[in-house]
Amino acid sequence: MSEDKKNTQHSDEEKIRETREKFLKDYNKKRKVETPDGKVIEVDPMKDYFSQERPERKDPHKGVIEKFINWARSESIWVLGFGTGCGSIEIPPLTTPRFDMFRFGVAMRPTPRQSSAIIISGYLSVKTLKRAIRSYEQMMQPKFVLALGSCTINGGMYWDSYNTINRVDYYMPVDVYVAGCMPRPEALLAGFNQLKKRIREGRAEGANEYADNFDWYKANQKKIIKDWNMPDYNW
Amino acid sequence: MDLLTRVLFTLLGLFIILNWGLLMNAIMGKLTARVGRRIGIRWYQPWINLVKLYSNRNSINHGVMFQLGPVFRLLGGLGIILFMPLIYGSEFFSNFSFAGDLVVILYIKFFGMLGMALGAGEGGHPYSAIGVSRGLSQVTAVELPFALAIIALAVQYNTLSLSEMVAAQQGGVLNWTLFTNPVATLAALLSMLGIFMHSPFDLVKAPNEIPIGPPTEYHSSYLGVLRTNAAILHVAEAVLFMNLFFGGATSWGILIIKTFLIYFISVLVGVVFPRFRVEQSVSWFLKVPLIIGIIAIILIL
Repeated sequence: MSEDKKNTQHSDEEKIRETREKFLKDYNKKRKVETPDGKVIEVDPMKDYFSQERPERKDPHKGVIEKFINWARSESIWVLGFGTGCGSIEIPPLTTPRFDMFRFGVAMRPTPRQSSAIIISGYLSVKTLKRAIRSYEQMMQPKFVLALGSCTINGGMYWDSYNTINRVDYYMPVDVYVAGCMPRPEALLAGFNQLKKRIREGRAEGANEYADNFDWYKANQKKIIKDWNMPDYNW
Repeated sequence: MDLLTRVLFTLLGLFIILNWGLLMNAIMGKLTARVGRRIGIRWYQPWINLVKLYSNRNSINHGVMFQLGPVFRLLGGLGIILFMPLIYGSEFFSNFSFAGDLVVILYIKFFGMLGMALGAGEGGHPYSAIGVSRGLSQVTAVELPFALAIIALAVQYNTLSLSEMVAAQQGGVLNWTLFTNPVATLAALLSMLGIFMHSPFDLVKAPNEIPIGPPTEYHSSYLGVLRTNAAILHVAEAVLFMNLFFGGATSWGILIIKTFLIYFISVLVGVVFPRFRVEQSVSWFLKVPLIIGIIAIILIL
């Protein structure tokens, strides 16, 4: 039994390696290049340009300090401008006078490096899942995921689609779900307040969860994304 | 006054300016929000953002220059404060101003930008490079009329020391450069719009176009340093304009009111006008303010 398992695992790895060879872009493939002074050197962009390190668990501080910092984090949620599915149209109204998320300390950032939260705003197709993972992994710890709409919970009306995933929780640790199809911006604001409450209680440790269960998340992701042509962890 | 006391008072001045800068940014954000009929951010939001940024748990390094970029930028802000007389007549808040401080301040103002350009370049994001090239081309166009206005002032007051310029403007509103040399003031105020980089001259950070530009790759405490510097720099530049054209300040209250109003000019223009393209911006600076600057020089000779 255990040998069987080992064999399947082995073939899995083989498969992943094969797909990587197949789908890797030309400029990311291992190759020989000539330097300006005439030497021929071998470059492996996946190793040379990308870090091979795994994400690390970053333990929170203790006591009052962490409470204060968590309060600051909860009052300054910077959301990555990343739209998937129909929910992405529910986010822009938050910047308008009617909803005005800025009064809650929520702001949009255009780059994952500066964001602390990502909104998965609706169904996630396989192609977008890849981008969502890359964006999520590039964010700085601690990072929060807010999933919007029933598609992110169980697939919603796309539950038997050939091209969308059913449950975001398998691929990245979700902090708050906002149910509905489609939830209105008010519901999203309520979701933000729920997220704030969770951060203040010190329960929003999704990034650490991701680091601890990295292999499990990666296995799930690779099961869905057939054309895996990026490093395992996107720094 | 011995050196230690002077350093301590300079640091105290810096602390007040940092907090006033953060508060001013919040107030301006709030005002812009009210123009759009929103409620806007809380007045203490900038402090929370700083705490959050400095306490992020990890950060990515792209190389030595990437780390030095924010440091150079911060030096740009600190350098201006270091050599700027803040309160006229106060022995404590004259900082390290000396006979030629104006030249040093003009140099340092540009230095921070160059350091940031190198740091952002090492970040490797295409938007950084675009933002840097836009920023440097615009700043070059902005500096010309500003330098002309300052040369006109230097000839008028026959000095390159900010303290002496402020001293020459004392004794009533009509003694301000604003009234004694309105042409140079106009040239400098128009180029000030480019220095504060609010719309229509917000080419560098250009929201919705090359989102935030140079600091695209900056995060965590790097971004914290940049934001700290932004708060200091806004006040520092407003204080520079206050000293040059609006009679300086004799107390902190007057400094706060004057810097607020000076900064408010660029915010007011910003909420009214949409963004220029880079060639429009550069050619505008090389037309209107530059010609006014040349007239200011001709008039003073």
